[in-house]
Amino acid sequence: MSRGRMSWQLFSRSLLFSLALVSAPAAWAAEAESIGADPAIEQRMIKLSEELRCLVCQNESLAGSHAELAEDLREEIRVQMKAGKDDKEVINYLTTRYGDFVLYRPPFKPLTLLLWFGPALFLALGAGVWYFTLKKRRNLKETPVDEKQLAAAAHLLEDNK
Amino acid sequence: MKRWIPLIVFLILVGFFAKGLFLNPREVPSPFIGKAAPAFTLPVVGDANTSFSPADMKGKVWVMNVWAPWCVSCRQEHGLLMALAQSQPTPIVGLNWKDKQREAEQLLAQQGSPYFAVPNDLSGKVGIDYGVTGTPETYVIDKEGIVRMKHVGPISPDIWKEKFEPKLKELGV
Repeated sequence: MSRGRMSWQLFSRSLLFSLALVSAPAAWAAEAESIGADPAIEQRMIKLSEELRCLVCQNESLAGSHAELAEDLREEIRVQMKAGKDDKEVINYLTTRYGDFVLYRPPFKPLTLLLWFGPALFLALGAGVWYFTLKKRRNLKETPVDEKQLAAAAHLLEDNK
Repeated sequence: MKRWIPLIVFLILVGFFAKGLFLNPREVPSPFIGKAAPAFTLPVVGDANTSFSPADMKGKVWVMNVWAPWCVSCRQEHGLLMALAQSQPTPIVGLNWKDKQREAEQLLAQQGSPYFAVPNDLSGKVGIDYGVTGTPETYVIDKEGIVRMKHVGPISPDIWKEKFEPKLKELGV
């Protein structure tokens, strides 16, 4: 066997290997899709669960989490959507069990008023401080400078040349 | 006075952050506190013909411990639960959550069971109905079937003394 052929073999093998690597995720995706048979429901489920928190890995969305509980909850959402429940009913199902904590978008209620208006409140506070600072600055009187001081300043500048 | 304001604001912020740093993010407030414990009927581990339902416990204050044989931190509290089953009167029900390998019966036979009953929640649905996010989690349920307290994570003797005992006393145990 010549050396050239050897390297060709090596090349084709590594090409096959990398092809397999590249195509592996695609194979996975196809497998996952078959669980949710109805693509419309699958899409609705993913869209909804992107707005929901996974309770196991708290900084992940329910859509993106691999936690077993997240899988169970996604399946539950699928089942409920198939049963004709709308998004609001599904969210209601989850919040009665896990509380508002599952929602990435907190609901608007007395308890969350500060959460919703806090940023605006701080902005107003900052604007207030800014306004009064400017106002005070404008009211500052120009202090008169006497001739002697001016002459002294000019002298100093002169010295530095 | 005025020049201290930034420092004061800064210290207030530090106070908030320090508090936040020491909070347990797993300790999510349960929406069930003060509400009726969700009803269910499940077969009991080791005896498929017997079932358990929270309604069976009406008139009693009881503790529901959500555990699983595959859960490591549940083993950590197992010894304490064994001791509690002996030393105090509150029945402990052990909801066996998502035990797909069906190991609970063997495990309890080997290590002893602190449980009054062990309902078998194979699918995990009942756990979800209770808002379980992971094992172990422990609920205190009163005589009327209302959830009074939830604890996330393993119970230590200190936690039992400081969190559970006062609550159980309050509920008339």
